[in-house]
Amino acid sequence: MVALIVLAVVYLTPFVWMISTSLKTLQQSLVSPPVLVPNPIVFKAFTDALTKMNYPLAFRNTLIYAVPAVIGTVVSCSLVAYGFALVRWRGRNTMFLIVLATMMLPSQVTLIPLYVIYAKLGWINTYLPLLVPTFLGSPFFIFLLRQFFMGMPKELMDAARLDGASELRILATIVAPLSAPALITVGILTFIDKWNDFYGPLIYLQKPELQPLSLAVQVFQTQHGTDWPLLMAASVLVAAPLVVLYFFAQRKFIEGITLTGLKG
Amino acid sequence: MTALAKPPGTGAPGTAGPSRFARLKLTRAERRGLRTGLLFISPWLVGFLAFNLYPALASLYYSFTNFKILQEPRWTGLDNYAKLINDPIFWKSLTNTLYLTVVGVPLAVVVALGIALLLNRKGIRGIGIFRTIFYLPVVIPGVAAAILWIFLLSPVNGLVNQSLRVVGIAGPGWFYDPAWAKNGIILMTIWAAGDVVIIYLGALQGVSRALYEAAEVDGAGAWVKLRHVTIPMISPAILFNLITGAIAAFQSFTQAFVISAGVGRGNDGSIGGVQNSLLFYGLNLYNNGFRYFQMGYASALAWILLIMILVATLVLLRASRNRVYYESAQ
Repeated sequence: MVALIVLAVVYLTPFVWMISTSLKTLQQSLVSPPVLVPNPIVFKAFTDALTKMNYPLAFRNTLIYAVPAVIGTVVSCSLVAYGFALVRWRGRNTMFLIVLATMMLPSQVTLIPLYVIYAKLGWINTYLPLLVPTFLGSPFFIFLLRQFFMGMPKELMDAARLDGASELRILATIVAPLSAPALITVGILTFIDKWNDFYGPLIYLQKPELQPLSLAVQVFQTQHGTDWPLLMAASVLVAAPLVVLYFFAQRKFIEGITLTGLKG
Repeated sequence: MTALAKPPGTGAPGTAGPSRFARLKLTRAERRGLRTGLLFISPWLVGFLAFNLYPALASLYYSFTNFKILQEPRWTGLDNYAKLINDPIFWKSLTNTLYLTVVGVPLAVVVALGIALLLNRKGIRGIGIFRTIFYLPVVIPGVAAAILWIFLLSPVNGLVNQSLRVVGIAGPGWFYDPAWAKNGIILMTIWAAGDVVIIYLGALQGVSRALYEAAEVDGAGAWVKLRHVTIPMISPAILFNLITGAIAAFQSFTQAFVISAGVGRGNDGSIGGVQNSLLFYGLNLYNNGFRYFQMGYASALAWILLIMILVATLVLLRASRNRVYYESAQ
């Protein structure tokens, strides 16, 4: 128990230090030995960071990216997972192996041709290269939802089929409501993934006014070198919404991660 | 359509019978099933063709060309691959990446296992709080984490070196010292291994109490139980964490990008840390593709990466054969 508490304190310290520094002035942050609780507590770094990195704009850009991506991923992955789990057709398992195989493909392999295509389509400096693929399924979430759908009682669906319900209707009115926990997990994991995505915006969004938080804070960092209170305040502002979401939806996070491990 | 017809065993479980084997013609119901199935998976199918298959083949083609995005690719055979073998930067990035994979990944996997074992003991109160704490570093954006760690590890004023000084140790220069920069990244990886902890916890909870009780009857102590019950029983999770950790290490990018952009860039705007000490494979690929616009060369790098990931996975799977216990297989 003691070992656990010591470890937990070690793991928490970076966060505590991040918050403590963000509440200091530059002079206060350079004092040695370091002071944990700033005296006085100042919020100047936060107000500066909010305006200097144009936080509201970057925040809005992050939502423009993350929200449609969540919708796209949840909708497309449930459709595809339904096709693999609950519709019987020849070649289904072979095709599913291909889905699993694509998980192994590193994104760098497709990066350059995709960039070329997007450049030809005039999609550079738009959100389209980031958003369109999310509407076409993601192998891991297809896998996750397929496992979930396969464990559902078939009787309800068969009864609905006898009543003449279409497969799409069965998905929308029976399967989806019953799999709400799994769908929410997929949605939350996608949301964090897109909120944190750095590589995609770095490649496709060069215009400052399009940059989401992840990229905006990195650019901000290169401009403000070692003004640590300012940089820590900016980092807190970028991380805080996710941390709040995490505290509210912890169970979903843990379930999602545990499911990740199950495929091993 | 008949091309999709497969011998039994690959078809839907329980539907395939010997009578079906020779029959290539589909009944009306089967045709309808096939149509419905394909319709449902069509988003993935389109995505697979447009965003996986075509680009993967195209990058294989580009890797044999001189391609600078604005001009048409020009076939140059194996030139890119020859250039790559003779490029010291390529080897530097490869050894940097291997260091991360061979030293960092096992360390993170072991530390995470230690934390999971501590969390999994009976009578731990507030397990939820601890789990939250250890998982928190995974939640925060990689860029914010990297900025935080540049600060924590800054040689003079950083909290880590200041703490070391208190106990009389002169801390290293971390990201400013080529010999220590990668260890800084490894430290960050260990800190952010909460997802690995959670996966272990899931596996540990599946280990039957009866096995421990049987071991105790035989007089086994804590170490013997760990060595001969716990570790074999959760070996699939260990293998999974090693493989996913290695794949992630091979592709590691954001941390090193942010740190090397903060600690100092090359004259040409390229990134890679002091004396290229943080130039990982993914960064070299990015520099070539999106700073120098050597799309052909970058494609060759991407294909070598794919091959290395496949080889590493196969090596791990093979090395683990006979060492990993699968309940269902016994």
